Amino acid sequence: MLISLSDINKVFNQGKHNEFHAIRDISLHIEAGKVTCLKGSSGSGKTTLLSMIGCLSRPTSGRITLENKILSGLPERFLTDIRRHTFGFIFQKFNLLQGLSVLENVMLPAYPLGLNHKDLKASAQKLISHFGLDRVMNNPVEWLSGGESQRVAICRALINDPQILIADEPTANLDTRLSQEFMGLLDELRKTGKTILITSHDPIVFNSPVVDRIVEMQDGQIMES
Amino acid sequence: MFPVIRKSAFVLIFFLTGTLLMMLTVIDAMTKQSSTRDSLNQRAMLVKEFGLSDLALSTEARYTRHLTLADRHSAFQDHPTSFDHFPSGSIFLPPSQLTHD
Amino acid sequence: MIEFFRKQAYLIDFTMSSLLRRKGKNFGLLLVYTLIVFMLASVMLFSHSLRKEAGIILQQSPEIIVQRLVAGRHALIPAEYIQKMGRLRGVTSKKGRLWGYFYNPVVKANYTVMAPDHLDLSTTEVIIGAGIARTIGLGIGDYFTMRSNNDTFSFQVKDIIERNSELVTTDLVLISPKAYRVITGIPEGQFTDIVLSVRNPREVRKVAEKLVQKLPDIRPVLREEILRTYDSIFAWRQGIVFVLLIGALLAFVIFAWDKASGLSAEEKREIGILKAVGWESADILHMKFWEGIIISLSAFMLGYLAAYLHVFYSSAVLFESVLKGWATLYPQFKLVPFIDGLQIATLFFFTIFPYVVATIIPIWKASVTDPDAIMR
Ligand SMILES: Nc1ncnc2c1ncn2[C@@H]1O[C@H](COP(=O)(O)OP(=O)(O)O)[C@@H](O)[C@H]1O
Ligand SMILES: [Mg+2]
Repeated sequence: MLISLSDINKVFNQGKHNEFHAIRDISLHIEAGKVTCLKGSSGSGKTTLLSMIGCLSRPTSGRITLENKILSGLPERFLTDIRRHTFGFIFQKFNLLQGLSVLENVMLPAYPLGLNHKDLKASAQKLISHFGLDRVMNNPVEWLSGGESQRVAICRALINDPQILIADEPTANLDTRLSQEFMGLLDELRKTGKTILITSHDPIVFNSPVVDRIVEMQDGQIMES
Repeated sequence: MFPVIRKSAFVLIFFLTGTLLMMLTVIDAMTKQSSTRDSLNQRAMLVKEFGLSDLALSTEARYTRHLTLADRHSAFQDHPTSFDHFPSGSIFLPPSQLTHD
Repeated sequence: MIEFFRKQAYLIDFTMSSLLRRKGKNFGLLLVYTLIVFMLASVMLFSHSLRKEAGIILQQSPEIIVQRLVAGRHALIPAEYIQKMGRLRGVTSKKGRLWGYFYNPVVKANYTVMAPDHLDLSTTEVIIGAGIARTIGLGIGDYFTMRSNNDTFSFQVKDIIERNSELVTTDLVLISPKAYRVITGIPEGQFTDIVLSVRNPREVRKVAEKLVQKLPDIRPVLREEILRTYDSIFAWRQGIVFVLLIGALLAFVIFAWDKASGLSAEEKREIGILKAVGWESADILHMKFWEGIIISLSAFMLGYLAAYLHVFYSSAVLFESVLKGWATLYPQFKLVPFIDGLQIATLFFFTIFPYVVATIIPIWKASVTDPDAIMR
């Protein structure tokens, strides 16, 4: 078991008139080396849960542990450190930085580490060619097609060689063929030993044989494991 | 834009060059100071010879030409320390003997 | 340690890429900022060098110039005043001077005419400043005319004063005292003013006090006052500098206000992305720090260097028209460059510091918020 959540709650705008209880008492274990899919309709709290797991936000109450290290309650600096070494993010809207080249976008997460520039560039280039993006390496990202953007996002998520990949609705902006292609890439990554956490309400994703486990969510709670 | 070198390297080179050029201005100033010492002395000797009291920067009126010999009632006519209507009046201060003592 | 430098290099890489995305805007910004620095630095270099030069050469001015005032106006001073002054301790010489102004309506130039008695000039000879020679196109041997009431007098140019002393002599016309009295009608026994030499500079004030006691209608102008005047002549708070500074500051305040009054949604999203992919708040602040440094330091260096070239290699052409004003005579002079380190340091500080602060402050708030917003 890699990540475990116990009694996680997330309340937005606590104490205000528009208080909203997005996650209620969720306890969950996520195993290493597996592809876990959070499935649920829009607004069920998938993204909220995912961002807490990925240290992008903190639970209102409850405890998150990563390999027995308690994450909830750590100061920002440590969270950032854990985030950049442990998690790679693939966002629904790709979130590439406009105006920068593909290469720069991929290298970005490694900038604060202060690695040797040649080495970093070489490993970024290797990743980029592995995902078939050689041709567009020096193009600004706004020239890319949806599928290319997604592959750049994957490269960026992998540049720091994280243990866990987090993907929030990765196929929402892709057509069927590209979605299937993406699942293929996930499969490949799983085989290299990555733990993958993915949210989706797309049948292509949760019906895919690549997914090891489906966790269904509704109204901030888990329906079945 | 900068195909050959890294952007940060470009920035470094740019600022180093700038610093160097700035140091060069200091060196330039010092060499000029020593190489023009003779002509500076020559001007000083002319000042002594003719008893000059002012720089000939603004020749338009007697109280801008000879700032230091301006009296209370000719220069800065509206007020002892107000400015005349010549452009140079906007950068010169009234002579100190009018504003001090 | 090496990591730290490498990291800064990466941050600079990023800042540059990010600046280059809005090339037009950022180069425009740099240009305007450079221009402001250029103007301020030009004024600083010009006024400081001029002040230094004046301080050196006017050290040779007369210790005391005595003017007579009649009805509060500068008037001719009778030669008897020299006797009336009597013996004054420390005064080594007393001498009446003849000088005044001559306006030439044809070229609309105002000359300073002096009639020193130690020059060996005949009544038909004249020595002119290089500015006059240039303006009316005269050479040695040419004729120079001055009109008085109803006569026109012609003088032959005997000599032209050294070009490199134009800063003090450009508009001088030197003629013999005899000719000067004829042209101006100043009778024998009257002078424009009287200059006194005092051996010991500490006695000058005493001498001046005694003079005013003896002769209440005179005004002594002391050399130290001359020097003081030129020391404060381009005082900072005054005139153009003031206007420039206010303008620059105002522009800057507007700019800073514009920046601080809210990041664009785009900028906020970018900060969120950077944080999400593993940048710390401190990294983002560092990166913005470099952005501020790159713009402001470039503006400072470029502006200063351009100002140096302007003031010392183009004879401060931009100031010429201001100083010249309505005059047609302007000295051509190469200022001896004197640089005031403190002034430059002040300029450096005021160029860099507020700008960097204004770049960082608005980022501060955005960079410490949780980055989960970009998941939406
Ligand atoms: N910052 C916020 N403030 C208030 N409510 C929020 C905030 N973020 C998310 N929510 C609400 O929490 C619920 C769960 O959102 P989310 O986790 O994005 O769902 P999903 O990803 O499953 O579609 C939604 O109803 C959403 O409106
Ligand atoms: Mg969602």
